[in-house]
Amino acid sequence: MNATSAEQASAPVTEDALRSVLLAGERPSRPGPVLTSLTFGWRALLKIKHVPEQLVDVTMFPIMFTLMFTYLFGGALAGSTQEYLQFLLPGILVQANVMITMNTGITLNTDIQKGVFDRFRSLPVWRPSPLVGALLGDLVRYSIGSAIVITLGLVLGFRPEGGAVGVVLSVVLLLVFSFCLSWLWTMLSLILRTPNSVAGVSMMVMFPLTFVSNIFVDPKTMPGWMQAVVEVNPITHLATVVRGLMDGSVPAGEIGWVLVSSVLLVAVFGPITMVLYRNKK
Amino acid sequence: MGKRAIETRGLKKSFGKTHAVAGVDLAVSAGGVYGVLGPNGAGKTTTIRMLATLLHPDAGEAQVLGYDVVRDAQAVRSRVGLTGQFASVDEDLTGVENLLLLARLLGYSRRLGRERATDLLDAFGLAEAADRQVKKYSGGMRRRIDIAASLVVTPELIFLDEPTTGLDPRSRNQVWEIVRGMVAEGATVLLTTQYLDEADQLADRIAVIDHGKVIAEGTSGELKASVGAGSLHVRLRAPEQRAEAERVLAGVLEVPAEPSADPAALSARISDPERVARSLAELSRSGIDVTEFALGQPSLDEVFLALTGHAAEETPEEDAA
Repeated sequence: MNATSAEQASAPVTEDALRSVLLAGERPSRPGPVLTSLTFGWRALLKIKHVPEQLVDVTMFPIMFTLMFTYLFGGALAGSTQEYLQFLLPGILVQANVMITMNTGITLNTDIQKGVFDRFRSLPVWRPSPLVGALLGDLVRYSIGSAIVITLGLVLGFRPEGGAVGVVLSVVLLLVFSFCLSWLWTMLSLILRTPNSVAGVSMMVMFPLTFVSNIFVDPKTMPGWMQAVVEVNPITHLATVVRGLMDGSVPAGEIGWVLVSSVLLVAVFGPITMVLYRNKK
Repeated sequence: MGKRAIETRGLKKSFGKTHAVAGVDLAVSAGGVYGVLGPNGAGKTTTIRMLATLLHPDAGEAQVLGYDVVRDAQAVRSRVGLTGQFASVDEDLTGVENLLLLARLLGYSRRLGRERATDLLDAFGLAEAADRQVKKYSGGMRRRIDIAASLVVTPELIFLDEPTTGLDPRSRNQVWEIVRGMVAEGATVLLTTQYLDEADQLADRIAVIDHGKVIAEGTSGELKASVGAGSLHVRLRAPEQRAEAERVLAGVLEVPAEPSADPAALSARISDPERVARSLAELSRSGIDVTEFALGQPSLDEVFLALTGHAAEETPEEDAA
């Protein structure tokens, strides 16, 4: 109804106006990869502005998980909820961020379904920039999620020995890792056909990845084979690093581990994503 | 003049076992509208997607504005604009944000990009909807913002994939006006359509595609002529004489005359225009008064039927919401 009234009110397309815009449409010089990526990042932010509901996964989920795990399992696992919170919070921060990365794939797949992506692919811009831009926009989401978890933790009584520096460093590392992990989801979203299937498969990967780690419990109580899995899971190392930094220590070896796995994630899934992107039907 | 905007040889693309495009040869001169006409699933969109560098051909070659679509894809991308079912805009963003986004990606500064976006919205009658999310646009507005989005930088060649499918007649006329306006400014437009009257109205030359192949090519007049001379339509003063008129016409024209929906009218396809004058004289001699007669070229519908052996698929128009 709204739309129709505006259409009636809008001026018809005039030949003169059309001519003048066509004549004025000279091509400016081509922008570089950084600028185009940032521009796509700006698009992601605009989408957050217009569809704030999409922030549910970065707000409600982390809150729910932190509260649930602290109060459901805290007493049983660590003797008291306070002590468990001290152990859990860095881990839940990792889990929250890693979960939020899934959204990347779902958003990208929606773009593909709606045809927006073909318009981007038809532009003479640095080819990975729509993807890189989307991931840059996601950094904002991760930051929001992290801020919420940390704030909630502080309110509930979590006290990081590492202070503000430790907290900030661990968030930075988390952003780096999340950015790199997202290439896995971009790849999936180019393979699978619907946003729903992307969500389904992502969940299937995500649950074991985050739960079979040291996020929730100390792996010592697990069977040996599972400890072995936990040991190679990059999420475990990330959680160890975040725990360490927040606790005031600098686990250099573990940080190296996280950075190497981040680089590997991009090195493997980045090129695959780009090949799929180029040949997308 | 005489420069080729598009040239393809043996272009092929299959999806699994479906041969969507099974060897398309096109030669499109620069300037004007070239129509690609065919029913749903004929391979029109796949062909355009290959020409717009969105899809790699399995075989064959295609040059767009002199550049190879595979080897010089970036050069092609920077010279063409596309609008269609596939190249759309972001529904979550407003009209002005969409155009500004594209302007920035194409190298405009923030200020000039905003000016450009505003000018485009003005020219396309969307100024008032500038700050509204595109998902709230009507069908006609939506199509106009799609076209505007492909004109942020004036392209030398514009692909329009079924630009009027699902539009109401008024919006369709607006799109036609835009196409004519672009051509008047020297652009080349490649337009796909499943509407025969659209091709007839807009296109200088038409390629008819069916099952991934070009089955006929030419001006709309040539296509019609290849099917036959056209048909004679006659309207009688007295409807009760129609049966007799049918007999008389059939006798002279040597083809069956068919009653029309109008109880006083009938028509016959003719092979030889010479006989038309004689048939009318014969009617008058038999005491049958004729109030109107017309000699029409065959419609593209008839052309399509004659070329493919089946009618062009008429998909019911969606509501232009």
